[in-house]
Amino acid sequence: MSTVAAVVLFIGVTAYAVLGGADYGAGFWDLTAGGARRGRAPRHLIDHTLAPVWEANHVWLIFCLVMLWTGFPSAFAAIMTTLYIPLGLAALGIVVRGSGFAFRKVVVKTDHQRATGAAFATSSVITPFFLGTVAGGIASGRVPADGHGNPVTSWVNPTSLLGGVLAVGVCAFVAAVFLTAEGRTHADARLERWFRRRAQASAVATGAVALAGIAILHADAGRLFSGLTGRGLPLVLVSAACGLASIALLHRAAPRLLQALAVSAAGTVVVGWGVAQYPYLLGTHLRIDEAAAPDATLASLTLVAAAALLLVVPAMALLFVLHQRGRLDTA
Amino acid sequence: MSGLSLVTVGVSFVLADPAQLLPAREQMAFTLGFHIILVPFGVAFTFLMLIANARGIRRNDETALLLARRWSQVAAVLFAVGAVSGTMLSFELGLLWPRLMGNYGAAFGIPFAIEGLFFFLEAIFVAIYVYGWRRMRPWPHFWTGVPVVLSGIGGTLSVVAANAWMNQPGGFTMRDGKIVEVRPLEVIFNDAFWYEAIHMLLAAYVVAGFVVAGVYAAGMLRGRRDRYHRLGLLIPLTVAALATPLQVFVGDIAAREVYRNEPAKFATIEALPTTGTHVPEVLGGYYANGKVHGGLKVPSGASLLSGYSPSTRIQGLDAIPAEVRPPDRLVTIVHLSFDVMVGIGSALLALSAWYALAWWRRRDLPRSRWFLRATTVSGLLAVVALEAGWVVTEVGRQPWTVVGHLLTRDAVATSGNLWLFFAATVALYAAVGATTVYVLRLLRRRWRDQGGATETDVPYGPPRASESAPAGGQA
Repeated sequence: MSTVAAVVLFIGVTAYAVLGGADYGAGFWDLTAGGARRGRAPRHLIDHTLAPVWEANHVWLIFCLVMLWTGFPSAFAAIMTTLYIPLGLAALGIVVRGSGFAFRKVVVKTDHQRATGAAFATSSVITPFFLGTVAGGIASGRVPADGHGNPVTSWVNPTSLLGGVLAVGVCAFVAAVFLTAEGRTHADARLERWFRRRAQASAVATGAVALAGIAILHADAGRLFSGLTGRGLPLVLVSAACGLASIALLHRAAPRLLQALAVSAAGTVVVGWGVAQYPYLLGTHLRIDEAAAPDATLASLTLVAAAALLLVVPAMALLFVLHQRGRLDTA
Repeated sequence: MSGLSLVTVGVSFVLADPAQLLPAREQMAFTLGFHIILVPFGVAFTFLMLIANARGIRRNDETALLLARRWSQVAAVLFAVGAVSGTMLSFELGLLWPRLMGNYGAAFGIPFAIEGLFFFLEAIFVAIYVYGWRRMRPWPHFWTGVPVVLSGIGGTLSVVAANAWMNQPGGFTMRDGKIVEVRPLEVIFNDAFWYEAIHMLLAAYVVAGFVVAGVYAAGMLRGRRDRYHRLGLLIPLTVAALATPLQVFVGDIAAREVYRNEPAKFATIEALPTTGTHVPEVLGGYYANGKVHGGLKVPSGASLLSGYSPSTRIQGLDAIPAEVRPPDRLVTIVHLSFDVMVGIGSALLALSAWYALAWWRRRDLPRSRWFLRATTVSGLLAVVALEAGWVVTEVGRQPWTVVGHLLTRDAVATSGNLWLFFAATVALYAAVGATTVYVLRLLRRRWRDQGGATETDVPYGPPRASESAPAGGQA
C-alpha cells in the first residue's frame, strides 16, 4: 500500500518536473531574450505557448505537496523543518512568477511589461534552482528522519548545488525543444532557428553538468550514486539517449516526436532518482513504509489518484489538444 | 485587521511560547486573509460570468456576451493570483506548522487531496474557457465554463472540510502521539463540516455578487446608465440578493451548531464570563477582567437565539480550563468580529429586500440614488464580513490548532527566524496586491475608452449584425 502511494507521489513529482519544468524553462529563455525590441518575437511565442497551460501544470506541485503531507506526514515535516530556507524562497518565487506572468499579459506600456516580465522571468530561474537544491538535499540523505537538520548545509552542498543547476538546465533544455517545435508549428523559421540554437546550447551545457555530476555524486552521495549506476542505470541511459536523439533530430523530426523525446529525457532522470532511492524516502534512514500514513489514508490517496487519472488526465489532454490545434486564442 | 488582532493575541501568549509563534501566526493570518478575498472570484464570479454568457447566447444579447467576456478576463487575473497565493498557503502549512502536518497530516490531509483534484479541473477549464472565446462554438464554449463553477464548489467544500476538522476533529485514533487509524469519511464529514462549508460557499456568492454589482453601481452613479451597466449590476446583484437571505438562515443554524458543539468558541463569541441561563445578547462592548464593558444588552437574547427559550443554559468562559482559556483581548476580538459579521449581514439583507421589493413592484431597480450608493459600498462591506467571519472561526479556536488535541504553540516551527520570512512575504504581497488593483483599473480604463464592442472584443468570430450594441462609456 505504501509503495503504491509512493509511486503516485513520484508520478506527481515527475509530471511537475517535466510540465512545470518546461514552463520554468520558458521563463529562462524569456529572461535571456534580450532587450524589448530584440526579445519581442520569442517572448510573444513564450507567452502564447505558456498562457493556457501554466496553471494546470502548476497544480502538479500542489498535488505533490498534498500527497507527501497526507501519505508520508513525518517525512513531510522532516523536509520542511530542515530545508525551510530554499523551500520558503521557492514559495515566494512561485508567487512572483505566477502573478508576474498574469500581469504581463494585461499591461501594455513597455516599461510595465518589462517590470512584470522581469519578475516572471527571474523567478522562473530562481525557483527551480531552489527546488533542485531541495531535491539534492533529500537525495543525498541530508534530511534526518526527525527533521531539524542543518538549515544551511542541507541545501548548500555539492549534491544540492548540482541538483539546482541541473534543474535549471533541464528546464531550459525541455522548454527550448518545446518552443522549437512550437516555432515550426507556427511556420516561423526565424523563431524555430532561434530556439533550436538554444536547445542545442542548453543540451550541451546540461549534458556537461550531468557528466560532472557523476563525479560529484560519487564523492558526495555514495548511496545515490550506486543506485543510479546500478538499478537506475537503464533509466539514466534512456535519458541520455533521448536527450541526444532530440538534439540530433532537432532539424527534421516532427514536433510531436521532439517533444516526446525531451519529455522522456527529463522524465526518466527523475524516475531514475526515485528508483535509485527505493525503498527509502529519506537517505537510508527512513523507509517508505515506516513513513507511511495508516492504510485507510493511503487508500484514500490512491482513490484520489485514480479519480485524477479518470478526470484530470483527459481534461488536461483536451486542454493540450485544443491548444495545439490553435483553438485557444491567447492574443 | 486580522493581522492586528493577532498581534494582540500573540503578545498575551508570548512568555512561554517559542519565538516563532508570533511571526508564524501573523504570517498565516496575513496570507490567509489575502487569499480569502480572491476565493469568491474563483468560486462565484465565474458563475456570474456563465449567467451572462448563457443569456448572451440564448437571447443573442451582445451586451451580455461582452460582459461575460470581460468578466472572464478579470477572473483570469484573479484566478492566477489566487492560485499562487494558495500555493503559498500549502508551503506555509509545512514551513510554519510542521507539527500539525507531521502529526495530523494523515487525517487532516485527506480533504486537501480531494481539493487538489478540484483545483486541477478548475485550472484546466478556466484556461479553456478564458482562451476559448474566439475560436470555439458558443455552446461548447459555454459548457467548458461549467466545470469551473462545479470544481470551485467542490474545492471550497474540501478546503472547508479540512478547516472544520480542526474545529471538530474526528475520524482518527491516536496511540503514543501518532495517528494509527484513520476513518476518511468521518474526517471529511466531521461535525462542523456542513454548516461551515455551506456558510463559506454562500459567502463566496454574496461577496462576488455585491463586489461586482458595486463596480457597476459606481459607474451608474457617475451617469453611465446604459444597458451595459444596468446588466452588469442586475446579474450579480440578483445572485447576491438570493444568496444573502440563505446565508443569514445558514448562519443562524451555524451559530446554534457552534453553541451545541463548540461551547468554548460560543462563550468567546458571546463574551460570556459565567455559565448561566437568561443570558443577554451583548452587541459591541469589550471584554476585560472577566466582564463585558459597554455594549448594548438585549435581555435573554443569547439564550433565546440559541435555544428558543430564556431559560436556555449557555456555557461561559469559566467552564474552560484556565490553561486553555482564551485571553481577554482575544475574546474581545472574536466577539466584535462576530458582531461585525452579523451586522453587515443584516445590512446586506436589508439591501437585498429593498431590491426585491422594487423588482416585485415595478420590475426595475429602486430609483433612489441611495440605492446605488448602498450597492457601491456593499461589496466592500461583504469583504469585511467575510474577513470577520473568518476571524471568528480561526481566532475563536485559539489557543488550539486542532481543538482538544494540538495547541497552536505546539504546532509551530521551532527553528529559523520567521520574522524575515514574514517581512519578505508582506513586502511581496503588498506589491502583488497593488499591482492587481492597478491591472484591474487598467482594464476598466481600457474598456471605457473602447466604448462599445470592438472587433477583438466580440466573442464567437466576426460580430453579428449588431442591433443591440451597447452605447456610451463603459466600466
